[in-house]
Amino acid sequence: MESDEGDEQQQEAERLPLSQRPEWSDVTPIPQDDGPNPVVPIAYKPEFSETMSYFRAVYYSDERSSRSFQLTKEAICLNPGNYTVWHFRRQIIETLHTDLQDELAFVGRIAKSNSKNYQLWHHRRWVAEKLGTGAVNKELQFTKKMLSLDAKNYHAWSYRQWVLQALGGWEDELDYCQILLGEDIFNNSAWNQRYFVVTRSPLLGGLIAMRDSEVNFTIEAILGNPENESPWRYLRGLYKDDTESWINDPRISSVCLKVLSTKSNYVFALSTLLDLICHGFRPSEEFREAINALNTPDSGPLDSDLGRAICRVLECVDPLRCNYWLWRKSKLPLTVSSQ
Amino acid sequence: MGELAADKHVKYIISVEKKKDSFESVVMEHLRLNGAYWGLTTLDILGKLDAVDEEDVISWILKCQDESGGFAGNIGHDPHVLYTLSAVQVLALFDKLDILDADKVSNYVAGLQNGDGSFSGDIWGEVDTRFSYIAICCLSILQRLDKINVDKAVEYIVSCKNLDGGFGCTPGGESHSGQIFCCVGALAIAGALHHVDKDLLGWWLCERQVKSGGLNGRPEKLPDVCYSWWVLSSLIMIDRVHWINKDKLVKFILDCQDMENGGISDRPDDAVDVFHTYFGVAGLSLLEYPGLKPIDPAYALPVDVVNRIFFSKK
Repeated sequence: MESDEGDEQQQEAERLPLSQRPEWSDVTPIPQDDGPNPVVPIAYKPEFSETMSYFRAVYYSDERSSRSFQLTKEAICLNPGNYTVWHFRRQIIETLHTDLQDELAFVGRIAKSNSKNYQLWHHRRWVAEKLGTGAVNKELQFTKKMLSLDAKNYHAWSYRQWVLQALGGWEDELDYCQILLGEDIFNNSAWNQRYFVVTRSPLLGGLIAMRDSEVNFTIEAILGNPENESPWRYLRGLYKDDTESWINDPRISSVCLKVLSTKSNYVFALSTLLDLICHGFRPSEEFREAINALNTPDSGPLDSDLGRAICRVLECVDPLRCNYWLWRKSKLPLTVSSQ
Repeated sequence: MGELAADKHVKYIISVEKKKDSFESVVMEHLRLNGAYWGLTTLDILGKLDAVDEEDVISWILKCQDESGGFAGNIGHDPHVLYTLSAVQVLALFDKLDILDADKVSNYVAGLQNGDGSFSGDIWGEVDTRFSYIAICCLSILQRLDKINVDKAVEYIVSCKNLDGGFGCTPGGESHSGQIFCCVGALAIAGALHHVDKDLLGWWLCERQVKSGGLNGRPEKLPDVCYSWWVLSSLIMIDRVHWINKDKLVKFILDCQDMENGGISDRPDDAVDVFHTYFGVAGLSLLEYPGLKPIDPAYALPVDVVNRIFFSKK
């Protein structure tokens, strides 16, 4: 039986060396062999060295006992990155059939201070896989908790996507994305998850069925923060493999125009308009006027070709990437004139 | 702008583990072979590989090999592709690949390919495009790519491509510069770069440069020296590196140096470590900083080492 929360810290504080514990008196510890004259000699902490020496002893003798199980816990608390310890713990779980709910609780406690540890997430997945669909709610709750500490934790997102695909639980996922984007509209991970749900959820009908409402949501997000890279890319993604609809949907060109008219934070609006033009969109005179209004002393007189004029403005307002915009200019078709 | 404190970095790498406090030493124990790769490759780029005893390194590495053919992060630990690639790379640095039983090592790696073309990291089955890169890179260095289904491996990587042109760890995973390096590197080695939407990805990658000149790994994240490697090498592989401001990036990396004791940190004024020292020096090498050996963006080894692997007459 796993001990409850706080016990690990307590153990650390009152740790009795393994060499003084009667239950370990029959085991001869095996020290780490770092090779001859190590290139990267490591100064190990005594407590760590001792724990690992006893670990090696039970690991090499393949002793899958409850004391070994307890020892893996101590070793993981000292270094949760040691994948060999996690491996052995799984072998012991399989042999002793220890309680898997307790195991989830243990991983949860370790995760509090090691949320970016690969071994931990992989171990949790192994346990959840054994528990099957009954683990869905707990696992979605767990990732939600981890994401409340760091909403961009790559491991947590990756794990959550696995839970949804392997165990299910899609029902509230779009709402969850909505909540996270409400908290931080710049959260690219949440935008990515939204795309994941819209394109892969078995309940929503797929990208084309969702497109109309998603475009409206995205446009609102763009108008709130036009400098936000994520919704602009998301908007383009909604028209994946359907450039024709993208060019012809008046909402796309008009969100560009609206942002340009504010004369601030318009880099992505210009860039999107440039993409539209390159794919055959024919801009009206309104677009020309909006771009002329962005003319700065730096940019000089703007080219009569709208694509070239856009590139010129971008070179000036985004100097870090001026080579990219120059390249875009060089790739423009020979004449694109406004109607 | 400060200069590269090359001699200090050499000293730092050689003494690195001795100076570390106990927590970091504990954390290093199981991934010592990765640490050896980072430190030794940095020394080679700086032209100082002879500062370490080659025989000591090699005899230790061989002891990390498991009977499966794979390598563990340290003696007596379990094998994993992460450390297998580091072992092969370090042996390549020393021109000692011939001491390996290449078939045995490559059988271990090839055995980790799954039916959908993806790769697991070890027998426990964690799947990630990082492992696709590692497998393809490792087998290519060992000239044993014929042991896996390369078409399937490529197909899996392509299935991880996102709307922004980037790649994630599994299909649907968010684009991340580290994963992009792995996917683009694997495709480059496999001769399959035509699957990359170079202009779209190139723009996403150059959007990673922030005002300070540094690069971040995802939108709205802080810049970090490690992305000087992940982003820059990807941009070079797809021939779009001129889209970022190189001078500003050089300055950002140099600003992350510890001018007193050597080493490079993630951001200016943070604590240095061997991982970021490698990425900083390797990034400067990609930026053609004077006095550094050029590094190959796909194999993450000095170009002369890569040439020796593929073009030497033996």
